[in-house]
Amino acid sequence: MFPATFEYHRAHSVKDALALLKRFGQDAKLLSGGHSLLPMMKLRLAQPAHLIDIGAVGELAQIAEEGGKVVIGAGVTHQQIADSALVRGKLQALAEAAAQIGDVQVRNRGTLGGSLAHADPAADYPAAVLALEGEVKLEGAQGTRTVKAQDFFVDLLTTAMNPDEILRQVSFSPIAVGTGCAYLKRPQPASGFALVGVAALVSLGRDGSCEKVRVGVTGLGSKAFRAAGVESALAGKKPEANAIAAAAAHAADGIDCLSDIHASADFRAELARVYTRRAIEKALERCAR
Amino acid sequence: MAALPKFIGQPIRRREDPRLITGEGTYVDDVKLAGMLHAALMRSPYAHAKISSVDLSAARKHPGVICALSGEDLAGRLPSLPCVAPAQNVPEHPALARGKVRYVGDAVAIVVATDPYTARDAIDLITADFDPLPAVVDAEKALQPGAPLIHENFGTNLAAKAEMTPPGFDKAMSEADKTLKFRLVNQRLTPTMMEPRGVVAHWEHGYKQLTLWSSTQIPHLLRSQLADMLKLGENKIRVIAPEVGGGFGAKLNVYAEEALLGYLAMELDRPIKWIETRRENMAATTHGRGHVTYVEVGFKNDGAITAIKAKFFCDMGAYLQLLTPAIPSFTALMVPGCYRVGALAFEQNLIFTNKMATDAYRGAGRPEACYLIERTMDMVAAELGMDPVQVRRKNFIPKDAFPFTTAAGLQYDSGDYEGALNKALAMVGYDKLRTEQAAARQQGRYLGIGVSTYVEICGIGPSALLPPKLKGGGWESATVRVEPDSKVTVLTGVSPHGQGQETSFAQIAADALGIDIDDINVLHGDTAIVQYGIGTFGSRATALGGTALVMALGKVQEKMKTIASRLMEVPPQQLIFTNRTIALASDPSKSIPLQKVVEAAYGYKQPIPGVEPGLDASAFFEPSGCTFPFGTHIAVVEVDPQTGAVKFLRYVAVDDCGKIINPLLVDGQLQGGIAQGLGQALYEETVYDENGQLVTASLMDYAIPKAQMVPAIEMANTVTPTNLNPLGVKGVGEAGTIGSTPCVANAVMDALKPFGIRHIDMPLKPEKIWRAIQEAKQAKKG
Ligand SMILES: Cc1cc2nc3c(=O)[nH]c(=O)nc-3n(C[C@H](O)[C@H](O)[C@H](O)COP(=O)(O)OP(=O)(O)OC[C@H]3O[C@@H](n4cnc5c(N)ncnc54)[C@H](O)[C@@H]3O)c2cc1C
Repeated sequence: MFPATFEYHRAHSVKDALALLKRFGQDAKLLSGGHSLLPMMKLRLAQPAHLIDIGAVGELAQIAEEGGKVVIGAGVTHQQIADSALVRGKLQALAEAAAQIGDVQVRNRGTLGGSLAHADPAADYPAAVLALEGEVKLEGAQGTRTVKAQDFFVDLLTTAMNPDEILRQVSFSPIAVGTGCAYLKRPQPASGFALVGVAALVSLGRDGSCEKVRVGVTGLGSKAFRAAGVESALAGKKPEANAIAAAAAHAADGIDCLSDIHASADFRAELARVYTRRAIEKALERCAR
Repeated sequence: MAALPKFIGQPIRRREDPRLITGEGTYVDDVKLAGMLHAALMRSPYAHAKISSVDLSAARKHPGVICALSGEDLAGRLPSLPCVAPAQNVPEHPALARGKVRYVGDAVAIVVATDPYTARDAIDLITADFDPLPAVVDAEKALQPGAPLIHENFGTNLAAKAEMTPPGFDKAMSEADKTLKFRLVNQRLTPTMMEPRGVVAHWEHGYKQLTLWSSTQIPHLLRSQLADMLKLGENKIRVIAPEVGGGFGAKLNVYAEEALLGYLAMELDRPIKWIETRRENMAATTHGRGHVTYVEVGFKNDGAITAIKAKFFCDMGAYLQLLTPAIPSFTALMVPGCYRVGALAFEQNLIFTNKMATDAYRGAGRPEACYLIERTMDMVAAELGMDPVQVRRKNFIPKDAFPFTTAAGLQYDSGDYEGALNKALAMVGYDKLRTEQAAARQQGRYLGIGVSTYVEICGIGPSALLPPKLKGGGWESATVRVEPDSKVTVLTGVSPHGQGQETSFAQIAADALGIDIDDINVLHGDTAIVQYGIGTFGSRATALGGTALVMALGKVQEKMKTIASRLMEVPPQQLIFTNRTIALASDPSKSIPLQKVVEAAYGYKQPIPGVEPGLDASAFFEPSGCTFPFGTHIAVVEVDPQTGAVKFLRYVAVDDCGKIINPLLVDGQLQGGIAQGLGQALYEETVYDENGQLVTASLMDYAIPKAQMVPAIEMANTVTPTNLNPLGVKGVGEAGTIGSTPCVANAVMDALKPFGIRHIDMPLKPEKIWRAIQEAKQAKKG
């Protein structure tokens, strides 16, 4: 499969990349791991005239703790996230999502920033980034801004980013004592993407009730979303089986579910309810105080 | 030098692997010739449409484009693509569509350019106007009155019909205590070999010779067909099948691109390459299966089958490829499986649809039959409340009944079905498992145990079994050349593409000549080097090609013994080959180095009366019958009733492929086969929507099982040799695929038994299972 003609540019810094973006405007695309963009180009669904490769920009490739936050650069690969002791310890659901993306080659090339920027409705990260309330830092000609995960995903393959912006990093508050999180996925059997993926985060209060509940769902509709109905139904409740099931029953509320040969809308919704329940149960198991 | 071991039976690692896994093999795409051009095809986006116009002017003007042609341009210049199998209605099959397109992916135009990017760019510059016509996607509907006609000239969408109702059938059916009727769907599949197809054609004008590299399973058969189409002598076409990255039957064919590239290389007098993309592979390389079957089975209260009737609707697709209409006949022949089924009647309707043609796919007709009979056994067991194993035992052909002629008229060579079954039951711990299953059900866990006892037809096969229009029969060939330095070249007419004959044939030759396998080079897949051969398909390569090799080795041995007997002054009958010598059987210390004999044959300083110089021999083996390997597969699964997911707990496979040359190769063939077979049971399905659009057009939507979706397989063998060839081998290339599909389906159905569910059509996707459970619960409530 042969992409249309394009010109290749290598950026050595974020500044560099922004300058190139400015120069080529709408004709340019950033190239990170290439594992979403190149397949689209080979099918000629994307035909950018200029590719700006940010794969070698070191400042995008760090995982660090800064000011009590875990900060992950846009260029960090799925494998690095899956392997990072810091992420596994403090953002377990994110590491679990990373570990279940594609295969070894994909995980070694694909990046957090690329996945989020691409905003595939069946990508794994968005569920975890939503449940863990990540904050996405964008940098453009006009300066930097931070967008909450909840506001970042706008629609199918569409985010809150402007075309002249770069996704720099995502920062997270590490999960606190008494909090557990988990990501569970039913892979679509052909692509391996999420038919349904659910990330749950639960904090237990001193009285043993659910103080905070966050649920991110991917694969169901045109974009990943926070299952607000589930969160509010369980908040303040004791984490008993009935309460969890009743809350999880809201997982697909108000969502216009996708329907394809792999799962009808009904079945996707049902999977979302079951996986939400199971993800919450798993997060609860990890809530050791 | 150390004594040499015997090689046959040893788990010797594939000698072809080091070059393949280090990227040093040569596939078609690795062939690069000076001045080589590149071709790309424009394919139909419609399932069925009139072609009003194809405007190639912009494409032709594009810099770097050498030529662009549509079907009309080729009219009268390239004959129809061949279908050699008999059918009442064989349509014209132009290499580029003329007048109408008949499936999504039908080739409309070809562009040849200086590089593949330019060729691809030029495709976008073609403007073609189509008038869409209603499409027929469902084979059963295609036979209904008023269905759109795919080939108007036939006045029907029926390609062929075959029927057989033997005398006494009705009586056999009437002797049944009970009958069951059900419908089974054996869904269409996409073969999905690792390497898509590819062709390089090179016309050497000065020599008037065409060399064609193709990723094919049948270099010689392809050469014969191309010679006809291109009007060249067979001695002026050289077909080379270099490394071939899998075929599974889909490269047992003659494709439009092979003819087009050959033709254009001659026209343009330039080498041309075409490499299929994965999307083209999914749309325009043959598919497999695609049967709907209505089964009626009559049986006694003790489980004995008295009669089976099967009515098939077989989806041919839009055209008939090389063997398309022949594949369902293997299904009809194998319906009885390993059972005495009383009487068999069948009707087969071979039907055109607006889809890619079907043809051989791993198993080629036998998986459909095995699924039919093995699901039938479980249906009968469920109806009678019997254990499925008991029903099988009741109907087995006993081991002392061979050779046995089945209700379909085939003669099975040998078998011990109870033996394989008993071994598999012991390995899996069947009785204990049934107890565990009962206990699990009490806890709301749904375990299922599925058994299939399969038999299949291999070593295809006596020439009479192959279509008359195929040039070349059901035999196979080999040449053995002992070179002047005693190294040995084996030329085999089979065309391995993953099966490992470079290893197993070297094992056979090494033992025969008493030499090391490293002294043997096995060559194949080049019609200018190898004598005419038939190729690799129908699990035939070792049973037939291996036997031809044994025969050729025998001729060389005879000659070497004659020479040695002169040199040693002992009678030739007393000589054996051992440890690089020819020795006296009664006293191997009395020997002569092989090299001395070879020198005598080539040096010929002392003429040997009655013995010509040189040392090589060829042999052609025509088998007297087919071989019938068999086995028992048992799958243990757990179904998650909340999500319909199927999880494997165990998979036991006991296979009997006769004598084993190399157990690693046998295991490898079975493991790959089982993966593909369970793929059909659980995941795979070629989906066209109601307009004939291909939905499973890429691997993002067509679900082949990945490594983590395949269970660890516990493998064992029983060995029941055939007496139809001197090696005692039967064949193993397709057995895994054939045995595994019904085994997995039966396991899932067994798990769902507490819900009262009897049958769900494949692939057993979670949603179908979940829905069936919901409906069963609903029905119970209601
Ligand atoms: C075989 C295969 C299997 C896969 N399986 C899965 C799976 O199971 N789950 C899953 O979630 N994903 C899966 N993916 C997708 C994979 O995770 C991609 O790597 C990821 O979606 C994109 O990341 P990338 O770094 O490769 O981005 P690229 O492909 O380089 O870019 C993707 C898009 O993001 C833009 N972009 C990249 N970086 C930035 C940035 N820093 N700022 C702004 N825009 C940017 C690009 O311009 C482009 O539009 C799979 C991919 C393949 C090829």
